[in-house]
Amino acid sequence: MIDLQNLNKIFSIGKANRTTAVQDVSLTINHNDFVVIVGANGSGKSTLLNLISGNVLPSSGKIFIAGKEVSRLPEYKRSPAIARVFQNPFSGTAADLSIIDNFRLAALRTQNKTLKIGVNQNFKNKIAQQIAQLGMGLEDKLEQAMGSLSGGQRQALTLLMAVMDDLKILLLDEPTAALDPRSADKVMQLAQQLTQQYQLCTILITHNLKDAFTYGNRIIQMAEGEISKDLDATSKTKLTQNEIFSWFS
Amino acid sequence: MDFYLSAILQGLCLSAMAFGIFISMKIFNIPDISTDGAYTLGGVISGFFISQSYNGFAIVGLVMVGGALAGAATGFIHTKLKVNALLAGILVMTALYSINLSILGQSNLPLLNFPTLFTVINVFQNPTQNTFLIVATIILVLLIIVSYVLKSDFGLAMRATGNSQTMVRALGVNTDNMKIIGLAIANALTALSGYLMTQLQGFADINMGIGIVIVGLGSVIMGETLINYFAITSVAKMLLTVILGAIVFQLVLAFALSLGINPNLLKLITAAFVLLIVGLPRFIFKKAE
Ligand SMILES: Nc1ncnc2c1ncn2[C@@H]1O[C@H](COP(=O)(O)OP(=O)(O)OP(=O)(O)O)[C@@H](O)[C@H]1O
Ligand SMILES: [Mg+2]
Repeated sequence: MIDLQNLNKIFSIGKANRTTAVQDVSLTINHNDFVVIVGANGSGKSTLLNLISGNVLPSSGKIFIAGKEVSRLPEYKRSPAIARVFQNPFSGTAADLSIIDNFRLAALRTQNKTLKIGVNQNFKNKIAQQIAQLGMGLEDKLEQAMGSLSGGQRQALTLLMAVMDDLKILLLDEPTAALDPRSADKVMQLAQQLTQQYQLCTILITHNLKDAFTYGNRIIQMAEGEISKDLDATSKTKLTQNEIFSWFS
Repeated sequence: MDFYLSAILQGLCLSAMAFGIFISMKIFNIPDISTDGAYTLGGVISGFFISQSYNGFAIVGLVMVGGALAGAATGFIHTKLKVNALLAGILVMTALYSINLSILGQSNLPLLNFPTLFTVINVFQNPTQNTFLIVATIILVLLIIVSYVLKSDFGLAMRATGNSQTMVRALGVNTDNMKIIGLAIANALTALSGYLMTQLQGFADINMGIGIVIVGLGSVIMGETLINYFAITSVAKMLLTVILGAIVFQLVLAFALSLGINPNLLKLITAAFVLLIVGLPRFIFKKAE
């Protein structure tokens, strides 16, 4: 599904603060994979995700998605295949729009945004049902502005919004970093459930080693822009939480 | 009384421009200075064609296209050439001054002897009532159209662009194009105000747009106070508060003039008034903390 070949990303080329964020990464991620990426701060995890989504363009190397080269394509042209949940809960939603309007936009991720009015009673009922499964009571607040919700509520909604339209790849960059433990668990379980339900290729970045242990069928560790460990499903099941812990010492 | 009625009329005429500022400022967070030039552009295009005895209705399309081009230019300079939005607006405004002067051919063009929008249609005998009906109808139609557009899927994408570009890009929207289109719409509306005002006052003037962006900003900020106070979420109601803001603004200026203040000081009063409504809430807020 995702094929990265000798990928490099260098920021501030030719300046004193030149940083190699991603260095010579080659990686193949299959359809139906749920990959967990761990690694120290600044090890290049977010940059790797941004390279896949097109938010950041590579300095060199190639990116293939579903067999098609997308290395130089801007983000808005890659979005038909990819949905994202960001590290910052406020990035994934529009604060001044109502919940229902946010969902309407998400439902159009792969389509043109035309001069049609798309929010009707039918759509509202459908969304209310979807949101009800979060158990946060938000299904009664569809007209409320997104900005009036808490970070955790917004993050959970962002995840639901991600699967509103056709997608193949779900990129999760520390989706639970800003959430309380209960909301965090809810969001992680939802991610797992959606991955199975829609047969997604999911990449999760996390600093929560318990989550890294619990979720996914492949685990990758990054260090200084490179992939330092890559364990497949069989090795991952044998892994203990303490072993992952020891990677960081 | 007539004095205040004409202030209300002016407020209505300026509402179209205030809608434009609502889009550029409230939605995109871009202080669009090219508004000054686009407003005058609308005025001088109208003035030129009306003085050639063209029908007032026939030229409305031309006026709006002119404004849209000016806005698109600002948007293009800002997004594609990565020039600061404020500077992009100033560049376009400055360039428009020469364009406007070339169109008008002189610095002031009186239109009193030519038929305008307000003399072609005659529903009421009383010219003020007649003008009021026509302007109010136009602004009402505009309110319906603009709120429809902002509620449509396209409008949602536009409004989201001002909130979170990260999100909107991830949702497959080209945010640069969105801003260019948004500023084009905003300035087309602004030019429409210039068009209405020229015919209301019976002349076009090369300096008619000076400081008009401030008037728009003031109107939108007053509207915003109501929006926040009543927690308004409906777009149509938001635009209604903007119209109210534009009218109140003109009433305040009319009141100042009726106190016998020298008209030369009008811009100073305008600026002071906007400073007051921008600064006062923060000042009170600070004290309360
Ligand atoms: N836009 C940018 N401009 C310059 N340098 C950048 C940029 N984005 C990231 N970097 C640098 O690239 C390196 C990798 O950053 P990245 O955000 O990918 O790390 P990360 O693994 O996601 O870290 P964290 O766990 O803190 O989120 C860092 O040294 C960072 O300073
Ligand atoms: Mg990161």
